[in-house]
Amino acid sequence: MNAYTKRLMWPVIILVALVAVNIAATGIDFIVPSVHDGRLGGAFVNILRRSAPLLLISLGMTLVIATKGIDLSVGAVYAIGAAIACQMIIDAPDQTSAGLVAAAVALALAVTAVIGAWNGVMVARFGIQPIVATLILMIAGRGIAQLVTGGQIPKVQDASPFTGIGRGSLWTIPIPIWIAVLTLVALALLTRRTALGMLLESVGGNPEASRLAGIRAKGITVLVYLVCGLCAGLAGLIGAANLGSADANNGGLWIELDAILAVVIGGTALLGGRFFLLGTTIGVVIIGTLEDTIINVGLSSQWQFTAKAIVVFAVALLQSPEFRAWVLKPFKRRPAAPAPAPAEEVLAK
Amino acid sequence: MSDDPIVQMTGIRKDFTGVRALDGVDFTLRPGEIHAVMGENGAGKSTLIKVLTGVHAPDAGEILLEGRPVRFHSPGGAQAAGISTVYQEVNLTDNLSVAENLFAGREPRRGPFIDFRAMRRKARALLAEIGIDLNVAAPLSAYSIAMQQLVAIARAVDIEAKVLILDEPTSSLDRDEVEVLLGVMRRLAEGGTALVFISHFLDQVYEIADRMTVLRNGALVGSWATADLPQGELIGHMLGREAATLEQIERDASAHRVADEEPLVRAEGLGRKGSIAPYDLTIRRGEVVGLAGLLGSGRTETARLIAGADRADAGSLVFDGAPAGRHNPRTAAARGIAFCPENRKTEGLVGDLSVAENMILAMQASRGWARSVPAARRDRLVAEFIEKLDIRPADPAMPVKNLSGGNQQKVLLARWMLVEPKLLILDEPTRGIDVGAKADIQRLVAELSGGGMAVLFVSAELDEVTRLSDRIAVLRDRALVAVLESEADMTTDRIVDAIVSGGHRA
Repeated sequence: MNAYTKRLMWPVIILVALVAVNIAATGIDFIVPSVHDGRLGGAFVNILRRSAPLLLISLGMTLVIATKGIDLSVGAVYAIGAAIACQMIIDAPDQTSAGLVAAAVALALAVTAVIGAWNGVMVARFGIQPIVATLILMIAGRGIAQLVTGGQIPKVQDASPFTGIGRGSLWTIPIPIWIAVLTLVALALLTRRTALGMLLESVGGNPEASRLAGIRAKGITVLVYLVCGLCAGLAGLIGAANLGSADANNGGLWIELDAILAVVIGGTALLGGRFFLLGTTIGVVIIGTLEDTIINVGLSSQWQFTAKAIVVFAVALLQSPEFRAWVLKPFKRRPAAPAPAPAEEVLAK
Repeated sequence: MSDDPIVQMTGIRKDFTGVRALDGVDFTLRPGEIHAVMGENGAGKSTLIKVLTGVHAPDAGEILLEGRPVRFHSPGGAQAAGISTVYQEVNLTDNLSVAENLFAGREPRRGPFIDFRAMRRKARALLAEIGIDLNVAAPLSAYSIAMQQLVAIARAVDIEAKVLILDEPTSSLDRDEVEVLLGVMRRLAEGGTALVFISHFLDQVYEIADRMTVLRNGALVGSWATADLPQGELIGHMLGREAATLEQIERDASAHRVADEEPLVRAEGLGRKGSIAPYDLTIRRGEVVGLAGLLGSGRTETARLIAGADRADAGSLVFDGAPAGRHNPRTAAARGIAFCPENRKTEGLVGDLSVAENMILAMQASRGWARSVPAARRDRLVAEFIEKLDIRPADPAMPVKNLSGGNQQKVLLARWMLVEPKLLILDEPTRGIDVGAKADIQRLVAELSGGGMAVLFVSAELDEVTRLSDRIAVLRDRALVAVLESEADMTTDRIVDAIVSGGHRA
């Protein structure tokens, strides 16, 4: 078992356990997809569909965290992306125009990419600590989104093709899942087929050594924040399309924390260096499944935060080598010789 | 010296995933003796020490402390039992004061409050005892690594240690500081403390150790009284081969003299305020230029300006016939300048990345992220250099942090050899590594320069500098004071003379 699969082992076990609990509570239908009106449905597919925005954001966050950074502004960028697209569509005379929707989507993505790059420039060029640099937009971003919408919540007509981004499906698979999976594949190829992944891990693992090796760390850092902003914008579009509206205040609220959580569950350390996109994906699905599990086992929804905390606790413990050693100790065979008394006892005598 | 051992370790075995680091090692330590543990990197010295100090639990074997079996579960447990350790890397807190560092965790108190005045007084007394004089209220970071090391030792000494372990304590100290340290060690031994001394400096070991225990590949070779083990034999035991003496790489320096056109490197008045005074230096193709001087003389700073690691604020640098305009690590690498920095852990390697990734890093950096080095080519190059440099274990996928110091250094060298630079700058490439790897690296330098590569070689060991260099630039007090050119000048005595007279000139 190599280091990579070892990292994925615990998240996978947790996910399987969660799914098992759900199947026990609600039957095998939980995991088996059903087809309604040519669309894939069922509890688990719905979880995946709902998790798509979080997955997009978590993937971007994974890359940022790999550089020793963090991006707190993703929730706000989500709101900005949603606001720009929705506002542009409702301002147009014909909301059903495909060209209009395409233009709105392109504009939203362009703006969120620029915002991401701005974060990157603050971090890489001006040396501001990532948590501070992105905190600025975390706060200001929602204000920008409010300015875009004029303080209203723009509602897009259901007939607009825009809503298809959130509600539609292609070859029976929901569009949000398509977008999330394609982004995952694209980022995996971008980082692992090129040298970007290795250079990211190098910059995050040891910035000074990377500089002395001649790596263009600044360019790479800006690129990563740009990708993160873009992912957040895309997530905002899916969220807005699903609801048919953009809420500047509440869209994507606290999603940055879930994203960081998913990254950590997936085995990427907040200290930077090695990153695991697939691990993050599993982390996102765990978080999504958890929300349903609470309802399915008959707990009230008030349990949601507590249950999430318990899972985080469990994952953190399982990933800690010290804890594992401690738990496994009684099962390890001791050497044949009688164990000498601990030093402390000897001293006490 | 009492004959009852204070520490007796028998049959110690320790496995790390797939690697047997220690295999049935015995070790006996008596009160009042200075006992050197010798061996190449990877021989198991550190592991043995870590087992003794409770960092690692042994998989088999027994430890007796004053005749009673003990098993430490943490460094704290060992410390409470009277076993203190001073590591190579200073384990103190930079931004606390010297006094606070000395008494951290056992501060003198008045009621619930720390009695800072008493603490400073006790700190001054403690430092005076070992013969150093510092402002104990100043933050530790205000002092050199050497001084910090002495503070760490003072702290360990004060914790009433029955056993004091010094792991490479002298590797960053200059000659005077080493003398102070050895003096302190002698005094402690006379007082009955048992000392374990780990050092790569054979001179120091022979000067101070009463006994030696030699390890090789995780197994015990034997224990000897120092007087019974001549240096040649010791090296033979450590290397496990016919004393591969360093003298054998005595290079035919004359062969490398190239009747030269334009030198590869021409630095004129190159300098950086507060770091190194403006200096002139040329390096020709196929030439090894040594940088010699005491710790803090500006050796590293001189090299870093040429490497582009620091920005010069005065003078000019001409490389390969063209003025080096924007000079930073990236542009320097593009011009064909390779730099292996002094501190391989913090500035050289990325610990989490694999051996292969670390090796390929400079080549990949020069290609940019979009053009990945093809996997087949990468695997071929990595395998080639692992074999060529005899890197062990020969596992390209192993995280580089799991390698021993000597092998890490080789990985760093391989990184730059891969890109075939015109100038190779090596800052202390042999520091803190074993005799075998040291010989390998010195041989490599001779070989590379023989192939036409220019090498700028920084080393604290004058022997090494004189052995390898065609010319030697001597530094003192952050200024280049002399360049020794002639064959006859390539002796340690001439360097020392230059350092001394350089001082007068300044």
